[in-house]
Amino acid sequence: MPKMNLTHFEAAFLFALFTSVVMGIVTKRTDRDRLHYGVYVFVCFFVALFGIGWLMYFGHG
Amino acid sequence: MATEKEQTLPAPPVAKWAPVVALGWLIPGGGHFLLKRTGRGLLLLVAITGMFLCGLMMRGAMFQPQRGDLLTTVINTGGFLGDIASGLLYLLSVWLGYNQPDMPGHVHDYGTKFLVTAGLLNLLAMTDAFEIAAGRKD
Repeated sequence: MPKMNLTHFEAAFLFALFTSVVMGIVTKRTDRDRLHYGVYVFVCFFVALFGIGWLMYFGHG
Repeated sequence: MATEKEQTLPAPPVAKWAPVVALGWLIPGGGHFLLKRTGRGLLLLVAITGMFLCGLMMRGAMFQPQRGDLLTTVINTGGFLGDIASGLLYLLSVWLGYNQPDMPGHVHDYGTKFLVTAGLLNLLAMTDAFEIAAGRKD
């Protein structure tokens, strides 16, 4: 099994991608809603990623 | 109100949903394949298997149930349940000798989370398959 050496950003990107796909599929009832919700969850992950990242940056001074 | 509504729903026959849930546990998206939801099953298979394989390639650790203080018990037992929820992916990797010790480093740490999350996402997929089999969802 090859070894993957990812940065924080790459790992968080993959995590958000896989999770959004599953969340989109299992939560909504039409394909259109599923796509919208999947994209929404993905964007939320990224807003949280950058938001918490900057908070930690300013928190550490 | 929602609880009352849920309580009035008749319990679906076990024979109708048990094979779907069992196959969904064993193979991510398998329950959807059995219910002829091929497209959704395929997406679930790719996403959950992809997450699990990324976890393995990042050399994430598998949890083992441990007893100790409350936090240790909850984290390790919960993590173990999350790991085995991946079904065949977990069983195969253990049978083929995957035994990564918990190591410091952000990549290993992400890998451990990927492995557990793949199992938790599979639980969501199994729940979805159950609802479809029970006729509560299209």
